[in-house]
Amino acid sequence: MSKLGNLGARLHRGEISYDFIGHRKLWYGISILITITAILGLAVRGLNMGIDFQGGAVFTTEKTSVSVSQAEDFAKEASGHDAVVQKLGNGTLRIQIAGMDTKQSDQIKTDLAKDFKVDPESIAADLVGPSWGDQIANKAWQGLAIFMVLVVIYLAIAFEWRMAIAALVALIHDITITVGIYALVGFEVTPGTVIGLLTILGYSLYDTVVVFDSLKEQTKDITKQNRWTYSDIANRSINGTLVRSINTTVVALLPVAGLLFIGGGFLGAGTLNDISLSLFVGLAAGAYSSIFIATPLVADLKEREPAMKALRKRVLAKRSQATAEEELAEVRGDFSDEGEPEDSAHAVVGPRTQPASRGRGRGRPSGKRR
Amino acid sequence: MAAPKRGRSASAQSKPGRALALILIAIVALTGGMFLSGHTTPRLGIDLAGGTSITLEAKADQGSAINKANMDTAVDIMNRRVNGLGVSEAEVQTQGDRNIIVNIPKGTNSKEARDQVGTTAKLYFRPVLAQEATGAAAATPSPSASGSSTASPSPSASKSGTGEKATSSSSPSATATSQGRAVSDALKADSTPSASASASSSASPSAPASNAPSAAQAKLQAQYAALDCSKKAQRTAAGEGAKPGEPTLGCGESSGVWYKYLLGPAAVDGTEVKKAQAVFDTQTAAGWQVTMTFTGKGAKKFADITGQLAKNTQPQNEFGIVLDGEVVSSPYVSSSITGGSAQISGSFTQDEAQNLANMLSYGALPLSFQEQSVTTVTAALGGDQLHAGLLAGAIGLLLVVIYLVAYYRGLSLVAMASLLVSGILTYVLMALLGPAIGFALNLPAVCGAIVAIGITADSFIVYFERIRDEIREGRSLRPAVERAWPRARRTILVSDFVSFLAAAVLFIVTVGKVQGFAFTLGLTTVLDVVVVFFFTKPLMTLLARRKFFASGSKWSGLDPKSLGAKPPLRRTRRPAPVETKEA
Repeated sequence: MSKLGNLGARLHRGEISYDFIGHRKLWYGISILITITAILGLAVRGLNMGIDFQGGAVFTTEKTSVSVSQAEDFAKEASGHDAVVQKLGNGTLRIQIAGMDTKQSDQIKTDLAKDFKVDPESIAADLVGPSWGDQIANKAWQGLAIFMVLVVIYLAIAFEWRMAIAALVALIHDITITVGIYALVGFEVTPGTVIGLLTILGYSLYDTVVVFDSLKEQTKDITKQNRWTYSDIANRSINGTLVRSINTTVVALLPVAGLLFIGGGFLGAGTLNDISLSLFVGLAAGAYSSIFIATPLVADLKEREPAMKALRKRVLAKRSQATAEEELAEVRGDFSDEGEPEDSAHAVVGPRTQPASRGRGRGRPSGKRR
Repeated sequence: MAAPKRGRSASAQSKPGRALALILIAIVALTGGMFLSGHTTPRLGIDLAGGTSITLEAKADQGSAINKANMDTAVDIMNRRVNGLGVSEAEVQTQGDRNIIVNIPKGTNSKEARDQVGTTAKLYFRPVLAQEATGAAAATPSPSASGSSTASPSPSASKSGTGEKATSSSSPSATATSQGRAVSDALKADSTPSASASASSSASPSAPASNAPSAAQAKLQAQYAALDCSKKAQRTAAGEGAKPGEPTLGCGESSGVWYKYLLGPAAVDGTEVKKAQAVFDTQTAAGWQVTMTFTGKGAKKFADITGQLAKNTQPQNEFGIVLDGEVVSSPYVSSSITGGSAQISGSFTQDEAQNLANMLSYGALPLSFQEQSVTTVTAALGGDQLHAGLLAGAIGLLLVVIYLVAYYRGLSLVAMASLLVSGILTYVLMALLGPAIGFALNLPAVCGAIVAIGITADSFIVYFERIRDEIREGRSLRPAVERAWPRARRTILVSDFVSFLAAAVLFIVTVGKVQGFAFTLGLTTVLDVVVVFFFTKPLMTLLARRKFFASGSKWSGLDPKSLGAKPPLRRTRRPAPVETKEA
């Protein structure tokens, strides 16, 4: 891990960096491709909606010796509908019967109990009316819409509208990808999935907000210098917070992985599994989008501003003019930058443009540097 | 800009002990409170403890609006009904704007409770057009039928009773009726032996058909003729989809015999009953009776309908009290009842009278409800799920701790201590919120808590990375800790706010399991801020004074060398402008 710490240090100093902004077209392309695939998957395959969305019943028995195929027969006999039976990790059976209303299911439960030769009270039942899922879904969409509006307003106030829009695009991107994966893989969609999906909202933005925070801080006095364009500094922000982003994602994914492992392995199915699966997919997408989509998008939008355009012009002019005396300029630049307290250091230290000066700077005895 | 920041960080630095003491006192106080209150474990939800949870959705098909007042009334009514069954700790609460959740703990008769809350339809007073006993039972004289027929002559008695009653109504002219079913028993010459007493007044069931010979009427008439109320399926179908303004069919049971009714359009709405109660009439020895008071509008309507009904002969002088398509009672009327209050008398037992009174006052649910989901969880499954949730949490926590230790070394102690404090606070608050606001820990809530481990740990990561950045800049630990704080603080606040916003929106807008999840997520996000401000930061300040950390020991996680720090700063050429950038 100290390697990562070391990486963090080098990223911090800008010794190594990845040009996220420069390669943004590539990542936009990849994202658009994934999004199209997701939408196609959604359109062609559709989502595998669980019992909660179509109405029906899920019965969970106690540990039993009845086999899956036997249970299927019993259930079909009792309900007149096809049943899906799963054997769970702890020896219990999970019987799903779609397309009946909550009133019928009492009778079915009693019949099943008779077939299984157990007490009806020992069978857990989850009975769902046909419109319950719609209500959950509608509420979820409503929540999503309200949240998006609020968060855009908040980000527009706390940061600026460009960042708000970029964050929103990243958010929609994450949700589309997650939904697309559900459609393509055919995971069952349950209220638990919806919970997970809605949680991604908070998480995806959480990550994005941290990068934006650093970006805002570093670009505060951007127009007062003419060494770096907005894109340069945005790139620096991403690289600077990269270690944190990785750490955050890992730390967020670890408990979710625990949930997924236990939910999938121990209980076989159910709320734990559903929530953690969609969280897992969404978190991964969220980490990706805050780095590769949101920030480059902000940079793109920002570069359209007249002030930033002017800055870019100045910077480019200065760079071309300074090519000849670069060495000298570098030294001076280093000099004034690196001694400064963090803000200005962040703002001015060039990440990828001046590798030569870095090497030299480090080689020198420290005393001489100032 | 620099000055106030300095001041703040200086004061924070100088009093780290105070903040730590504050949070420790808070923990001790809360924990003490928890033990004092006797609720040392969070209340478990139905899916973890076992029991039955019913979700009902209000339907807006009856013309009354789904609003908060109506929903609250409905919850109140259901609460009384469920708890009236002797179900202890059953809870009824609204969720979202149109759902009601009824949670019934294990060990109680959930089926009966479900039936009770399930029959939550509206109550109407409809004039009876025709009635008849149905099924095989109809021929069998039941003992209580003859018993009730003795009550039939009571109208005069209760009429005088009405006059003497100290009700607030100004002119309680008459309500005197016998219990509907008793009367109907008496009417059926062929069904009950006692009926002979009033058999002369028996009207032919087909009488209403001549009054309104429309096609719809004829159809209804045919349905009425075919209706057999002794069959359950027919019974449920009979009153289904009945509109208040149209005639309909209904079934009613008395002493094990089912009667079928042809009912006119609703004359009075159940919501227009202001109050109804069972009283024991000692004055006239009429026994248990039910008094009811109408609202102003209801009183007028009731006076109109009773005035009309009184002119008819039996059974057309009866009105059926129809609850969810079932005729729960059909008293007859002998004269117009004005003044807004009335009695129903007959040979009620105390239970019968109270039931009827309950139905009259509480049966008048302002909305109709549809069962949306019914979850029955056995205690074994609940235990399994709780077990799995806790195990998942433990594994998740362990993984996070391993990662933190590997990455942050000594600093991870701070993180772990902070996680511990956060965990204790979460647990204690959950335990306390159970009795306080009815919070119940369900499976999604456990999930929320586990997911929150990540959010909480992330705040430390933000702060630690900041400190490390400062050290890389060449600062020694103490100033690094202080300088890193304002930045980290802002980042933590902004990101936690977004997270909290998501939780709050979810909590307000969504229904069902999502709410439990959102609540825990919101709670832990708030606690995260509290812990970082009052625990992690002061602890860091204190630890920065320790040699182990301050000297940058290899195991402290703050070793300048392994962090790749620059050599110490010399501030000779550092001019002021830099400082202004701090904020």
